[in-house]
Amino acid sequence: MSEVALPRDETHPRRFPVGWIVAGVVALAVLVPYAAPDSFGWAKTYPARWIVPISDWLKAFLFWLSRDLSFGLFTFKDMTRFVSGLFGYALEVPKALFSSGITFGDEEGAFHIPRLSWAGLIAAVTIWSYLLGGVRLAVLGFLGFFYILIFGQWDSAMVTLSQVILAVLTGVAGGTLLGILAYRVPRLEGAVVAALDFMQTVPTFAYLVPLVFLVGVGPVSGMLATILYAMPPMVRVTMMALKRVPPELDELARMTGCEPKQALWKVLVPSARDDLLVGVNQVIMLTLNMIIIAAMIGAGGLGFDVLNALRQANGLGKGLEAGLAVVALAIVLDRMSRALVELRPVHGAAAARRRQLFWIGLAALLGCTLLSFAFPALEKLPAEYRVSTGNMWSDVVSWVNVNLFSTADAIRTFLLMNLLVPVKTFLIGFPWVGLLAVVAGGAWALGGWGFALGMTALIAFIPVAGLWERGMTTIYLCSISVVIATLVGLPLGLLGSRSERMHKFLGAMCDTLQTLPSFVYLLPVVMLFRIGDVSALVAIVLYAMVPAIRFTDHGLRRVPPSLQEAGTMAGCTGTQRLAKVELPYALPEIMLGVNQVIMMALSMLVVSSFVGTNDLGKQIQVAISQADPGKGLSAGLAIAFLGILADRMIGRWVATRRERMGL
Amino acid sequence: MALVSPASETASIPAPPAKVRAAADAPPALICRNLWKIYGANADAFLRANPIPTPAEVRAAGLFAAVRDATLEIRQGEIFIIMGLSGSGKSTLVRCLSRLVEPTAGSVFYEHQNLLRMTPAELIQVRRHKMGMVFQNFALLPHRTVLGNVAFPLEVQGMGKAEREARALQMIELVGLAERAGYYPRELSGGQQQRVGIARSLAVEPALWFLDEPFSALDPLIRHEMQNEFLRLQRMLSKTIVFITHDFDEAIRLGDRIAIMKDGAIIQVGTAEELVLNPASDYVSAFTRHVARGKVLTAGGVCVPVRPGETLAAAVPATALVAEVAEAVLASEAPAAVVDADGMIIGKLERATVIANLVGGVQ
Ligand SMILES: Nc1ncnc2c1ncn2[C@@H]1O[C@H](COP(=O)(O)OP(=O)(O)OP(=O)(O)O)[C@@H](O)[C@H]1O
Ligand SMILES: [Mg+2]
Repeated sequence: MSEVALPRDETHPRRFPVGWIVAGVVALAVLVPYAAPDSFGWAKTYPARWIVPISDWLKAFLFWLSRDLSFGLFTFKDMTRFVSGLFGYALEVPKALFSSGITFGDEEGAFHIPRLSWAGLIAAVTIWSYLLGGVRLAVLGFLGFFYILIFGQWDSAMVTLSQVILAVLTGVAGGTLLGILAYRVPRLEGAVVAALDFMQTVPTFAYLVPLVFLVGVGPVSGMLATILYAMPPMVRVTMMALKRVPPELDELARMTGCEPKQALWKVLVPSARDDLLVGVNQVIMLTLNMIIIAAMIGAGGLGFDVLNALRQANGLGKGLEAGLAVVALAIVLDRMSRALVELRPVHGAAAARRRQLFWIGLAALLGCTLLSFAFPALEKLPAEYRVSTGNMWSDVVSWVNVNLFSTADAIRTFLLMNLLVPVKTFLIGFPWVGLLAVVAGGAWALGGWGFALGMTALIAFIPVAGLWERGMTTIYLCSISVVIATLVGLPLGLLGSRSERMHKFLGAMCDTLQTLPSFVYLLPVVMLFRIGDVSALVAIVLYAMVPAIRFTDHGLRRVPPSLQEAGTMAGCTGTQRLAKVELPYALPEIMLGVNQVIMMALSMLVVSSFVGTNDLGKQIQVAISQADPGKGLSAGLAIAFLGILADRMIGRWVATRRERMGL
Repeated sequence: MALVSPASETASIPAPPAKVRAAADAPPALICRNLWKIYGANADAFLRANPIPTPAEVRAAGLFAAVRDATLEIRQGEIFIIMGLSGSGKSTLVRCLSRLVEPTAGSVFYEHQNLLRMTPAELIQVRRHKMGMVFQNFALLPHRTVLGNVAFPLEVQGMGKAEREARALQMIELVGLAERAGYYPRELSGGQQQRVGIARSLAVEPALWFLDEPFSALDPLIRHEMQNEFLRLQRMLSKTIVFITHDFDEAIRLGDRIAIMKDGAIIQVGTAEELVLNPASDYVSAFTRHVARGKVLTAGGVCVPVRPGETLAAAVPATALVAEVAEAVLASEAPAAVVDADGMIIGKLERATVIANLVGGVQ
C-alpha cells in the first residue's frame, strides 16, 4: 500500500506523513485478523448478527411500491400496468406481421391472414441489402436469413425479430427525444448525463428483478429491459450529434424565420442525420445483445431456445443451431444498419435506381405474402424441406468428448487446482475489515477522504447485506477474467497498433465479437469444458477482451509521432521506446479499456450463473425463478456497486494521470 | 478634342461594370445607434454602470467588446461595405444588425421599427419577409438538394410545394445553376455552393440583404465572375445591402460606401475615394495603400481650382474615374476641364495628377 500512498507524500514532504500512517492502518487491518483469529475473529468473518436485513427491506419497499404508492390520480401499479399494456398492444402489430399472422374466428371456418412470407422476406432483405451495400451485403443478407429458414429457426427468429423491431423503434424514438430535450433545456443536461453514466455502470440484469416484479414475466418485460439497456447510447449520440451541427445552420434557421419547431425538425435533426444513424446502429446492436438475457424473463424466441438448450443435458446441438441463428440475425441487421449510415443522398439516375430497388423489394415481400393465401407453403416452410444439424452437432459433441476431452479436462483441472480454487479460497477467507481498508486506502490515495468514504460505503454493502460469500465469488471470477482478458488483449492491441493489416483484422474480429450476444460464447465453451467455473471464465474472457484490444490499439496509435521520434533520437531500442515512451503515454487510454473490460465482465456474470458458479448472478437467477425480489435486488445492487466502484476508481486514476501529463 | 464619354471608355478599358450608385440623398433604411456587444459575465450591468467605457476599462472588467459604440446609417438601395482585420467585429456587427446576436446596448432601426424591441413573433415575420443572409461558410443543408435548399425559406413560411419550387427554380436560374437543381451540396464545388446560398437568400425577395464574406472562399477567377454576377443582380433587384469583405479591391468594385472597423469600433465611413484621399488614421490608409488609385479617385475628387483665363482641353465629367479619363487627358497638352452634371466647370485635371495616380505614387 505504501507505493499507492507515496506520491501524495512527496508533494508535501514536510507535512505529517499521512500516507505512511494510512498504509500502516491498512496493513494492520489486513494482517491482524490473520494473526490473532481468536480475539479478532469478528474482523475476519462478518458476524451474522451484524447483517442488516437489506433484502427484506428492499422486498418490503417493492411491495409498498406495487401496492400502496399512489400519485393521487393513479397508483404506481396503474402506471406499470399502463406501460406494460401499451407495449403489449404495440407488440401485437409486429408480432402479427412477422410471426403469427391474424386469425379471425375459431377453428372451424377460421379466416387466416398469413404473416409475411419467408420467401418475400428473404427476397426483400436481399434486395434491400443490395441497395444499401452492394453485392457483398446482399449475399450476407441472403445467407443469414436463408440459414434461419432452412434450419427451422424461422418461427423463433420471427418472434425475436418482432420484439427487436419494436424495441429498436422505441429505443431510437425515446433516445432521440430525450437527447433533444437535454439539448434544448440546458438545466436538464447535467441530470441526464449523470443518469446515463449511472445506467452504463449498472450491469443489465441488476434491474431484471425489479422489472419482473413490477411488470411480470413475459415478452413485455423482456422488451422493457432491452430498451432500458439499448436506449442510453442513443440519448448520448443525439446530444452529441445536435451539438455538432455547425452553428451557421442554427443561424440560418433563425435568419429564415423558423419557428423553434421548424428549426428543430427541418434543420437540426436532418443535419445531424449521419451521427444519429450511428446511434441507431448502436441501438440495434445492443438490442440484439440482449436477446438471450431478455429470454430469461420470458421474451421467448431464439433466446429461449438457446437458454433451454443450456439447461438440458443433451441440448447442445439444438442450442448451437439457435445460437447461430441469433448470430446470423445480429450480423445481418448490424451490417445493414451500418451500410445505412454510409448511404449518402444522390440525385438523378442513381436516386431513381434506389427508389426502384426499394419498391421491387417491397413488391416481392407483399407479392409473396399474397401468394401464400393460395400456397400455405410460402407462409411456413414445410418440415420436410428443413434441415437439422442437431444430429451433426451431437456428433461433433461426442467427437469432442472422445477426442478432446482428456486435453480439455487436463486444462480444466490444472486451472482449477492452480489458479481458481486458491484465489477463490483466499478471497473468501479474506478479512472483511481488511477488504474495506484496502479499498479505503486506495481511494484515499486517488481522491482524498471524501472519495475514500464513498468508495468504502459501496464495498461495505457486500458484507453488511450478508452477501459476503457470493460477493467474493463474483469478485474472484471477475478479477481473474479481467486479468486474463487484459493479458490477452494487450499484446493483440499492441500488434494492431504496429501493422495496418493486423489492425484491420482485429477491427473486424472485434466488430463480430461485439455483435454477438454474450450467451453465444457459452455454448461451444460448455461443450469443451463442461459446466463449471472454467467455462464461465473462458466465456467471460472471450466476451470482455474486445475493449482491451481496442483501447490498447487506439491508445498506442494516438502517441504523437514527435514523441516517438524523440524516443528514437534518444537512442531507444524498439522495446525501450515502447516501454518508456509509448506505453506510459497510452496508459490512461489502456486503463479506460480495462475499465470497459471490468464492466463487460460484470455484465457477463449472468452467464456464470448458468454454469453453476454460486455468485451474485446465481442469486439473481434464483430470485427471478422464485419471484423473490428482495434477494434479487440486493444482489443486483451489489453488482452495480462493484461496477461503480471500479469505474470511479479507474476514472479518478486516469484523470489524475492525464492531468499530470498535461493532456 | 471631343468630349470623352465615360460610356465609350468603359467599352475599351476593362473597367468594372457600372454600378448603380445609390443616390447620396436616398433615405436611410437601416440605422444603428451606439451599438455595443460585450462578451463576458454581467456585461449588461457593466455597461449600465458605465455607458461609454474605454477599451482599458472593458479589459480590466474581464470582458471583451466585440462591437463598441457603432453608429451607422445605411441608405435605401445602397451597397454598404464593412471592412476590417480579422477579429475586428465585422461578423458580430452584422449579426447584431440582424439580431442573430443580441446587442448589449444601443438601438437598431429598420424602416422606423426598433428591431431590438420586437417580440420573437414579430422578428420571425421581419426575417421571413424582409431579410436575407448569405453566410461565410455557405450553411447549406446537407440533406436537401439545391432545389430543396433554395426553397427552404419559402417552405418555412408555409408556401405550397408547387409554388415554392417554381420560385426556387427561378432563383436557381438567376445564379446559373439550373442544371444542378437536383444535386446535393456535397456534389457541388465551393463556388457553386455559394451561389446556392445566394439564391436561397434571394428567394424571399428580401429588401435588406446581408452578405458575410460571401466570396472569400473562392478562387480569384470565380470570385471575379461572382462579383460581376452580384452587380448584375443588384442592377436588377436594387436592394439595401450590407456586405463584409477583407478585400479592398472587392470593396471598390462593389461598394457605394465603406466602413472600416478596428477592435470593434467603426473608424471611418465614406466612399472609397474619401478613404483614399482623407484617411482618418494610419489604420485606414494601411487598407488603401495598395489600391490602384486610378480606379478609385474621380476627376472631381482630384481636380484643382482653375486659374482665371487658363485654357482647358476637353471636358471630363466629375464623377468619372481617373483611370477612365486618363487616355483623354494625357492626349492633350492642356489640363482637362472637370464639369459637374450641369456642365459647370468645377476645376481642372492636370496631366501630372493623372500620371501620379495611375502609377499609384502618393501625391
Ligand atoms: N460568442 C463569443 N464569445 C466571446 N467572444 C466572441 C464571441 N463571438 C465573437 N467573439 C470575439 O469577437 C471578436 C470579433 O469577432 P467577429 O467574428 O465579429 O470578427 P470578424 O471581424 O468577423 O473576423 P473575421 O474576419 O475573421 O471573420 C473576435 O475577437 C472574437 O473572438
Ligand atoms: Mg467574420
